[in-house]
Amino acid sequence: MRSRPVAPPAPAPVSRLVLATVLAVVVLAAACALSVLVGSRPIPLGTVLDAIAHPGRHDEVGLIVLGNRLPRTVVGLLAGAALGVAGAVMQGVTRNPLADPSVLGVNAGAALAVVVGIAVFGISGTAAYLPFAFVGAALAALLVYGVATVARGGLTAVGLALAGAVVAAALSSVTTAVLVTNQSLLDQLRFWQVGALAGKDLGTAAVVTVPVLVGLVVAVGLGRSLNTLALGDELAASLGQRVVLVRAVGGIVTVLLAGSAVAAAGPIAFVGLAVPHAVRRLSGPDHRWTITLSALVAPALLLGADVLGRVVAYPGELQVGIVTALVGAPVFIALVRSRAVRGL
Amino acid sequence: MTRPTQPAPGTHGRPHVAAVRRELGVLAAVVGVLVVLVLVGLGVGEIPLSPLQVAAALVGHGDTVSDFVIGQLRGPRVLAAVLVGASLGVAGAIVQSVVRNPIASPDVIGVTAGASAAGLGAIVLLGVSGVALFGVVLIGGVVVAVLIAALAWRRGITGNRVVLVGIGVSAMALSAVGWLLTSGSVQQAGTALLWLSGSLNAVDRSVVGALLIGTVVLVGAALVQAPRLTVLTLGDDVAASLGLRPDRAKVLLLLTAVLLTAGAVATAGPVAFVALTAAPTARRLVGAGRVALGPAAAVGAVVTLGADLLGQFALPGVTLPVGVVTGAVGAPYLLWLLARGR
Repeated sequence: MRSRPVAPPAPAPVSRLVLATVLAVVVLAAACALSVLVGSRPIPLGTVLDAIAHPGRHDEVGLIVLGNRLPRTVVGLLAGAALGVAGAVMQGVTRNPLADPSVLGVNAGAALAVVVGIAVFGISGTAAYLPFAFVGAALAALLVYGVATVARGGLTAVGLALAGAVVAAALSSVTTAVLVTNQSLLDQLRFWQVGALAGKDLGTAAVVTVPVLVGLVVAVGLGRSLNTLALGDELAASLGQRVVLVRAVGGIVTVLLAGSAVAAAGPIAFVGLAVPHAVRRLSGPDHRWTITLSALVAPALLLGADVLGRVVAYPGELQVGIVTALVGAPVFIALVRSRAVRGL
Repeated sequence: MTRPTQPAPGTHGRPHVAAVRRELGVLAAVVGVLVVLVLVGLGVGEIPLSPLQVAAALVGHGDTVSDFVIGQLRGPRVLAAVLVGASLGVAGAIVQSVVRNPIASPDVIGVTAGASAAGLGAIVLLGVSGVALFGVVLIGGVVVAVLIAALAWRRGITGNRVVLVGIGVSAMALSAVGWLLTSGSVQQAGTALLWLSGSLNAVDRSVVGALLIGTVVLVGAALVQAPRLTVLTLGDDVAASLGLRPDRAKVLLLLTAVLLTAGAVATAGPVAFVALTAAPTARRLVGAGRVALGPAAAVGAVVTLGADLLGQFALPGVTLPVGVVTGAVGAPYLLWLLARGR
C-alpha cells in the first residue's frame, strides 16, 4: 500500500458518463431478460410474460419461471452488484489495481466461517449464514490488512495481492478439510462452494437485500473521499481527510457486500476485480462513477455468466462461479502483464 | 536469497570447504530426524510395534504381524510421504532459485493446481488410476508450466510477475476442478476433494514403486545440475560470462522441477506449501546463500512425514489429509516471509 502520488487524470465528460450509464442499464436489462428466458426448457417470451403477469394460470411454466428463474435472477442482481462494488471500493481504499474480495481472501474467509457455522453450530438458511459470513470476511480482511501493515516498509501492490492469495489458499484448504471429513455437508455445500445461483429462492434474496442496499449507498457516498485518497495518504490528510476513517468505512462496506454475496451465492471469484477495470475505461478516475457503473455492470456480467453456464452445458449447467473464474482469471493475468501494476 | 558475498563457484578456498562441511552436517542432522520419524511412522498405530520389531522387520527378520503391518500398511505410506516430500523440496528449491524469488514455488505458481486438475479429470472422467495416472499428471503439469512461462515471459521469467500469473492460471485450473466437483456424484466429489486436499490415505503400492524410481532418477538429475543452479543464482550475465547457456540450463532445471512436482501430485495430490517452505528452511539452516538441494529434499521429507503423522494421530478419531496439516503450518510461514520483506 505504498502511496502513489500522481497527477489526477482528467475526468470524463458528463455526456459520456450519462451515455455509459444508459448503456449499462440496457445491458443489465438484457441480462435479466436472458436469465429469465434461457434454461434447459425453452419457454417462449409471451408465455413467460403471461406467467409473470398472471401467477397461477400456467402451473408448470409458472413454477419454472417464478419459482426458479426469477429468484436466481434477483439473487444474481444483488450478489453481482455487491461483488462489483466491493471490488471497486477495495481498489480505491488500497490504491491497488489487483484488489478484489476473492484475490484478497475476503470471500474465502466468509466461506470458511459459513462452513464452520454449519458443521459446528448446525446453522441453516441464508439468514443464519449472513452473520457468520460477515465475521469471516472481517477476520480475513483484518488478517491481510495486518500483514500489509506490519510488513517492512509497507507492502507493494504485488505484496498485498500475494498476502491475500496466501490467506485465501490457507482458508480454503481448511474449508476443504471440513468438507472432506463430512460427506453429508459436502453433498449440501458442493454447489454453493464453487459459487452458484441455481436453486435460490426469493427468501435468500430478501435476506441479503438490506445489507447489500446499505452497502451500495454507503459506497457511492464514499466515492468523493476515495477520490481524495487517490492523491496519496499525505496529500489527502493535508486536505483535511481523516484517512483512517475512510479506510475503516471502506473496509466495513467491503465486508458487508462481500459477506452478503458469499452468504447468498457462495465465493464467486474475479467479478469484483474485472468489472471496475472495465467500467473505469468509460467512467474515468472518478470513484463515484466507477462505483455506480460497477453496481450496474457487475450483475450484468454475473447473470451473463450464469446464462452462459446454462447454455454451454445444456441440458445440465455450469455453476456461475466456474464461468466467472474462466472469464476473470485471464483478465487478472492481462492486468498483471500490463504496465498498470508497478513493481513487476 | 542471492547474497553478494557468496563465493563464486569453483573458488576452492577455505570458506567453501567450511560451507560444504556445514551443509553435510545439516544434511546428517535432518536425515537423523527423518529416521526417527520413519521409525515412529512404522511403529505407531492400532498395532504398536517397538523400534526393535520395526528394525527386525526392515532387515527381513520380523514376525508375520510386523511384516504385514510394515510391508503392506505403514511402509508404503511412510515411503510415499518421504518421496513426495523430497520431490517437492527439491522442486521448490530449483524453481525458487531459477526464478530468483523465494515465493515462486510450484504450489504457489500454479503448476501443482494444473497437475491436479489433470489428475482429477483423469480420475473422475476416465477412471484412470495407478501408473497411468502418473502419465496424465506429468503431461498436465508440463502443459501448465509451459503456459505459465509463456504468459509470464518478458525478457526472461524472473520476479513476481510469474507468481501472479501463476495465481491466475491456478484459479482457472481450480475452476475446472470445481466443475468436476459439481458434475459427478457425491462419492466422486468426496474422492476428488480428498485428492485435492493432498492425502496419503489411499496410497497405491504400485504407485509408490513408480514414484521411488522416478524420484531417485529425477533427484539424481537435479543434483547433477546443482552446480549450474548455483551459477544461475548469480544472475544471467555472470552465468553467461562463466560459460553457461542460461536459458538452456533454466529450461532443463525447470523441467526437472515440474516432473518432480507432477510425480508428487500423482501420488498424493497437491500437498500444500511443502515445496514453498522446505527450501527456504534448508537454506536458513545451511546459510551462506547455498542452493542446498540435498538438505531441501531432507527437510521436505521431514515436513511431509511429520505432517502426515500429525494428521493421523493429533485428533483422535479423525484422519486429516496431510495437505491440510502442511497448509495450516505453511500459510503463517509464508505470511511471515511476506511481512519480513525481502
